Amino acid sequence: MNVEAWLPRDTSAVAVGADAVADALLKAGVELMRNGSRGAFWLEPLLEVDLGGERIGFGPVTVADVPDLLAALKSEPASHPLYLGPVDAIPWLASQQRLTFRRSGLGDPLCLDHYRQLGGYAGLERALDLSPQEIVAEVTASGLRGRGGAAFPAGTKWQTVLDAPAAQKYVVCNADEGDSGTFADRLLMESDPYQLLEGMAIAGLAVGATAGYIYLRSEYPLAQRVLESAIERARAAKLLGADILVSGRTFDITLRLGAGAYICGEETSLLDSLEGKRGMVRVKPPLPAVQGLFGQPTLVHNVLTLAAASAVLAEGAAGYQALGTGRSRGTLTLQLAGNIRRGGLVEVPFGISLRQVLEEFGGGSLSGRPIRAVQVGGPLGAYLPESLWDTPLDYEALAGVGALLGHGGVVVFDDTVDMAQQARFAMEFCAVESCGKCTPCRIGSTRGVEVIDRVVAGEQHEANLALLEDLCDTMEHGSLCAMGGLTPNPVRSALEHFTEDFG
Amino acid sequence: MSLPVESDAVAAAIQRWENEPGGLLPLLQEVQATLGFIPPEAVPGIATAFNLSRAEVHGVISFYHDFRTSPGGRHRVQICRAEACQAVGARALERHATTLLGAGFGDTTDDGAITLEPVYCLGNCACGPSVRIDDCIHGRVNGDRLEALLAACRQPEVS
Ligand SMILES: Cc1cc2nc3c(=O)[nH]c(=O)nc-3n(C[C@H](O)[C@H](O)[C@H](O)COP(=O)(O)O)c2cc1C
Ligand code: SF4
Ligand code: FES
Repeated sequence: MNVEAWLPRDTSAVAVGADAVADALLKAGVELMRNGSRGAFWLEPLLEVDLGGERIGFGPVTVADVPDLLAALKSEPASHPLYLGPVDAIPWLASQQRLTFRRSGLGDPLCLDHYRQLGGYAGLERALDLSPQEIVAEVTASGLRGRGGAAFPAGTKWQTVLDAPAAQKYVVCNADEGDSGTFADRLLMESDPYQLLEGMAIAGLAVGATAGYIYLRSEYPLAQRVLESAIERARAAKLLGADILVSGRTFDITLRLGAGAYICGEETSLLDSLEGKRGMVRVKPPLPAVQGLFGQPTLVHNVLTLAAASAVLAEGAAGYQALGTGRSRGTLTLQLAGNIRRGGLVEVPFGISLRQVLEEFGGGSLSGRPIRAVQVGGPLGAYLPESLWDTPLDYEALAGVGALLGHGGVVVFDDTVDMAQQARFAMEFCAVESCGKCTPCRIGSTRGVEVIDRVVAGEQHEANLALLEDLCDTMEHGSLCAMGGLTPNPVRSALEHFTEDFG
Repeated sequence: MSLPVESDAVAAAIQRWENEPGGLLPLLQEVQATLGFIPPEAVPGIATAFNLSRAEVHGVISFYHDFRTSPGGRHRVQICRAEACQAVGARALERHATTLLGAGFGDTTDDGAITLEPVYCLGNCACGPSVRIDDCIHGRVNGDRLEALLAACRQPEVS
């Protein structure tokens, strides 16, 4: 196909009008390809046009812009107000270090030829020539850590599953991406789905699993459609199923949907849900790596961790390990969201400071007002005031200031935010989403909402603040999982750094 | 079962999923996708097929926010209540929606057009506030856009 122009079909591009723009362009006779998104969501819908062999960007484009734009393309493209120049040179993109997202937005996400032209399936081909132990050794040497939140060394987990004797083992992809302010998994699944399928197949070969499941949250209908097609096409091309690439080895993937429960992102709750049960958190041990899905050894990983496995195998452990700082290897995939002018997916070396991210990438708040608070690491992450924005973004440095990197969500609030309301919401969210197994989480969170209401209303202010502190302690120490255990994070950080909002 | 179409849909779903490991969730999802809800009358048959007690099946249905046991409106409208959307006005949008519709979360409008629900993140957090209507996600939804979107939902169905 002779492509003249590209317009993304990812959730965010479509949410801000890309389908209508695509219709208008097609009606005008433009040869349009619907690509994935590069994750520069502040520019979506981002139209790219092939001008003299270079991809030139225009954005954000509305239907009303189309006639003018088409006229400008025939005369002087650079004179159009939405002209952005060569897309690869847009500073926001050019200053990133794209590894996991290196292919995102370049072409049709479902085109296997395109994926292979850009290095896809080199990792799987290499893995097919290695023994399971050699693949695991490669992952261990790369220093890859889990991207779902806990940052546990991936190689250790792979080794445990490999060493567990069983007739049937599983690879489970955690695509529940429940943290608000995060969309990296979604972007990857919608824009470069084969990278995930490839990573899962590599994991299957490594640990001796022939079956894989993707547990996708039901809030992602577009990702669901893309994955369904990608799995079908990969099977047809013998990249999944029996006899992968005529190697005699088998690995296949089943896609399952969640049903609107945040807690099902926690790995043991997810496994119960996959088994068709209520998503109750299990007591560990036994670890899922030893006794997971249907009681069998199971490798559970986040979307980004599994996707990274294809890069690790393709480029070799040393290449991956060479990126990063300290014990944070590879790249950092941040998601810049909320009240920010230039939000989207920011993949950069570990160690960049939050301030750099907010200023250099974010360009300040969307409202133009001063930024006041930033929640890093999802709904269980701390709210950070300006005094902490110089902290380097890596797992250890953030832990040092009582924060966590989690899945890399960075949610920005301007100075109109009421931090007591944010603390209240954290408790409310915990009450709504608790699996109900532990009393401190189930009941404590509801009490937390009430106590914060009383604090704000000025009722026995000191006594209620002390009660809130007690409650946080009880939740932190008496909860089985991080839902109840970390909900005190946003609450305490709001209290500590934004005391003035609590009356 | 109250209506033959309902029992047919449930029977077909049972047949498709009863032998699948962990098939209960996809079965419930299929029933809800076909009928719009999971009829309580369907529970005994499902329980028998999966070798579970009725209470266990009911427990699964009630655990997940997605499932409903009575019919909803023609359209499901979900407003994102999570942090990144809060930072760009989701709280005000939520109030606007409940006022416009005269319905709170979980309620269906009197004309049967819309069931309003909360949702916690749609993965569109750089372009919020976000609203999902059936399978379409809308971004940067301000008060005016919300009004237009809801009005479109309330148009009588043309068939
Ligand atoms: C309350 C809670 C919610 C979680 N949600 C997710 C999620 O949505 N996605 C995810 O990948 N991991 C989530 N996790 C982490 C998983 O339990 C688990 O650590 C992860 O899937 C392991 O994959 P990784 O090693 O690739 O990080 C959650 C954990 C908790 C306690
Ligand atoms: S802390 Fe909350 S979510 Fe986690 S197991 Fe206990 S009750 Fe369930
Ligand atoms: S927080 Fe609303 S879409 Fe993510």
